[in-house]
Amino acid sequence: MSYWFRNDNRLPQVRLAAASYVIVGMITLLLLGFWKLQVIDSDKYGQLAERNRVRSIPIIAPRGRMLDRDGRVLVDNYPSFSVLLLRDDAAAVEKNLPAIADGLGLSLDDLKDQLSNTEKLPKFQPIVIKPEATPADVAFIESHRADIPLLEMLMVHRRRYLPGGFMSHASGYVGEVSEQQIEASNGKLRPGDFAGKSGLERQYNDLLVGTDGMRRVVVNSVGKEMKEMRLTQQEAIPGKQIQLTIDYDLQEVAEKALEGKKGAIVALDPRSGEVLAFVSRPAPDPNDFAIRVSKEEWQRLNEDEDHPLMNRVTQAQLAPGSVFKIVMATAMLQEKVPPESFKVFCPGYATWYGRMFKCDSYGKGGHGEVTIQKAIIHSCNVFFYAVGQRMGIDRISRYATLLGLGAKTGIDLPSEEPGLVPSEPWVQRVFHRKWYPGETISVSVGQGAVTTTPIQLAYMIGGIASGGDFKQPHFLKDAPNVGERRVELSDDTVEKVTQGMYDVVNEGGTAGASRLEGIEFCGKTGTAQVIGEDAKARYGKGDKKFRNNAWFVGYAPRRNPEIVVSVLVEEGGHGAASSAPIAREIVKAYYDKKAKKGQGQYTANDQQRKFGNGAPAEVAEEPKAVNKPQQSAAVVAADLPKKPHAN
Amino acid sequence: MKDAQGTRDYDWWLVAILAAICALGVIEIYSATHGSALVGMHTKQIRWLVVGVVLMFALSRVDYHLIMDQAPILYIVGIAALLAVLLVGHTRFGAKRWIPILGEFLQVSELVKLIIIIVLARFFAEVRTDELSLQDLIKAGLIVGLPLALILKQPDLGTALVLMPMLVVGAFLAGLQWKHAAAIVLIGVMMLPVGWHFMKPYQKERVTSFLHPEEDAKGSGYQVLQSKIAVGSGGFWGKGFGNGSQNQLGYIPVRYSDFIMSAWAEEQGFKGVLLALGLYMALLLRLVQNAQRAKDRAGMFLVMGVAAALGFHVLVNVAMVIGAMPVTGIPLPLMSYGGSATLFVFLAIGLVMNVRLRRFVN
Repeated sequence: MSYWFRNDNRLPQVRLAAASYVIVGMITLLLLGFWKLQVIDSDKYGQLAERNRVRSIPIIAPRGRMLDRDGRVLVDNYPSFSVLLLRDDAAAVEKNLPAIADGLGLSLDDLKDQLSNTEKLPKFQPIVIKPEATPADVAFIESHRADIPLLEMLMVHRRRYLPGGFMSHASGYVGEVSEQQIEASNGKLRPGDFAGKSGLERQYNDLLVGTDGMRRVVVNSVGKEMKEMRLTQQEAIPGKQIQLTIDYDLQEVAEKALEGKKGAIVALDPRSGEVLAFVSRPAPDPNDFAIRVSKEEWQRLNEDEDHPLMNRVTQAQLAPGSVFKIVMATAMLQEKVPPESFKVFCPGYATWYGRMFKCDSYGKGGHGEVTIQKAIIHSCNVFFYAVGQRMGIDRISRYATLLGLGAKTGIDLPSEEPGLVPSEPWVQRVFHRKWYPGETISVSVGQGAVTTTPIQLAYMIGGIASGGDFKQPHFLKDAPNVGERRVELSDDTVEKVTQGMYDVVNEGGTAGASRLEGIEFCGKTGTAQVIGEDAKARYGKGDKKFRNNAWFVGYAPRRNPEIVVSVLVEEGGHGAASSAPIAREIVKAYYDKKAKKGQGQYTANDQQRKFGNGAPAEVAEEPKAVNKPQQSAAVVAADLPKKPHAN
Repeated sequence: MKDAQGTRDYDWWLVAILAAICALGVIEIYSATHGSALVGMHTKQIRWLVVGVVLMFALSRVDYHLIMDQAPILYIVGIAALLAVLLVGHTRFGAKRWIPILGEFLQVSELVKLIIIIVLARFFAEVRTDELSLQDLIKAGLIVGLPLALILKQPDLGTALVLMPMLVVGAFLAGLQWKHAAAIVLIGVMMLPVGWHFMKPYQKERVTSFLHPEEDAKGSGYQVLQSKIAVGSGGFWGKGFGNGSQNQLGYIPVRYSDFIMSAWAEEQGFKGVLLALGLYMALLLRLVQNAQRAKDRAGMFLVMGVAAALGFHVLVNVAMVIGAMPVTGIPLPLMSYGGSATLFVFLAIGLVMNVRLRRFVN
């Protein structure tokens, strides 16, 4: 060994002591760092650890069902799985997107579009990339949990409607909430949530939606659920189910009656305003929208010439034709202008202000001498031309308005249309011109500018036959605040007008073929021109598009009716031929059921229902939902919309 | 020169402190891995510890002067081994650091750390002046600079950095002049941008994510954040053995090795940290005490080289766990799982024992 170290024992004791202090200082500093994290900020990090550990998966609350008046299920739910994409890790999403698209059978471009569309949403919010998972999808997700930890399945409740568009314009449909709705909801709605988009689904959305619950699971750092670690969960509160006034039996008759036709039917109980049946055709099948409606399908529905998305009962604003004569007759008898004894000779036409106005009896020798009774029974235009000319547009529009036309009836559906009752101020306001006296002649027989919706005509005829009691039409059974309007009509007026409508059916009037044995079935036909006679002669001879709209508003019994049915068949030709038989069938079904019930033979449960592809509507039972105690099987009473009528 | 004799001359306090630290490590390695695919890791660690203890006692028997005699040869062997690693080394985790010895892959740089401690001790022991001249300082710098460059090339920034405190502490004890120290600091600061330029992208990323952890939620910023969450959520009393959610569910990165302090802090709380850091402080102070009682400057430099290396490991690793320093991949001595690192610590302590055994011998 060489002695390079020379037993040199000069040790730098001061500097070694300094090193000890450095060590103590270093450890102290580190301990201070731990003190800060573990004592001062401990709560904050505790929460962060909890957020790491626990993943919250929503439990979707089922939407409330809709029942008919006898408790039969009209709108129901069924369970299904949605595929969620977790987007926290953008790089992993980017990397796995092709595999995901391939595995779920989605187009990669669509998936990318969806991602860029939802870029603005917070990253921790998963998005629904496939609303309805197939068993193959479920298998794909489960088998790739480790290598594609971005997919999660969410149990959702899909809406199930009766097939074939049954009652679809009344029920409406649900759809995924739009981004605007999400923003407006203050965090209550999430992407992929469903909300009512139209009809009763939209009207009573707040009742029907439940409160989603939350399932909390422990997940490890690669997102795998730790099944052995259980956490409390917040149960979903199902939406409240609502009972409707709809009578399934009548609805079924009405649906069948309009199959393949274009038109609308609404049946009301004028004593209460309850809607018994409600059909608009053509109708989309809302089941098609319950998952996710494709852009093409939506465009097709919107551009369809037959307007399947339009709710004709409340939105078809059409000339009422001769049904309007009931307004005229009521006004005349009430105002005594002209007096009741007023008579007219009908040669089949009349000339007013240099223009010829035809009667239905044109070319058949005319109606001869016509009184008000005869004018209603045979729907004589010439009589009402003369009455209108004497009464003047002011009185006509005042009575039309009073009897419920030109304003929304206040039915509990969104987007009702008001129709139009023309008047001098109206032409002044809209066209900036004077009222032409010739227009009064057209309006007198329900042509010209006057338009009504099917619900308005049912409301009007029901109100008059009830002696001036107008009840707000509504769907919600046992609604507490049904709007009511009293129009002062003398008993004499009501008696004569209802007698006229009785005779229309029972005394050889225009709807004589629709007579019902043993029932006071009354009504008024209407055949409304779509375009003027001259124009039709020139362009549209035989063209179905220009065929008249057929109206019939029927009711029974003659005074204080129990049911009033308004039927519109577009391009149906004569009201008596096309629409009256439909109204008759519904009134007959109503009385048949009533008779059976009276004899104790009717129970809703026994009814074999085969409609569309034959899915039966079951009798309501307790929904098999997650949380029994909070389940509300009871009918829900809610406020109806405030009736916007003038008086 | 006579060899040391009896077993009572060993520093049994030091052995007790080491044993306690190793026990904490094995406990936490077990807790961090028993429920996972890595189960059984603690027994592997115990095997390494046993090998380490044997090597420690073996090394303590050979007079450190004899070992330091061979410093130039050891230096050449070390450099050659680093070159060999670069040429034929085994690549793991994207870096060439391993060569197979006795059926295990060993990190050559751990061995080189030990060699540099010996070489620097020899160099400084031969400096006869009370004040370290600039010339000698530069020489020492060059001795460290070559292996440092080679280790950086692997790349292994963490191990390369460990060589620095050995140089700094050695120079300080050899009588580093304050003006030289000031000049080195100044140059160092000015060189920072150059150093940045030569850094690997992942190293740059670690530094940026240390400075702005929120911008890198899934990279090393994520690791540090998860580590801080684990530490902070442990609170004062800890969540209990095997109950740390960050640990058990795998949110803490490499929870059995580099981030084992994070797992320990989560499950044992501040009280556990107090125990662990107290043990490390006792270890380091005990080393300094051994240096103070060394027979000669050579022994003192040797012991302080070991103290510098271990102290730096503790500082950088623990500071990383609480987010006070960037992620460098430096393990916590004797607690982190790892074969080469464990062997290095025991061999280094073996040198310390060696010096101690010979403190009264002439």
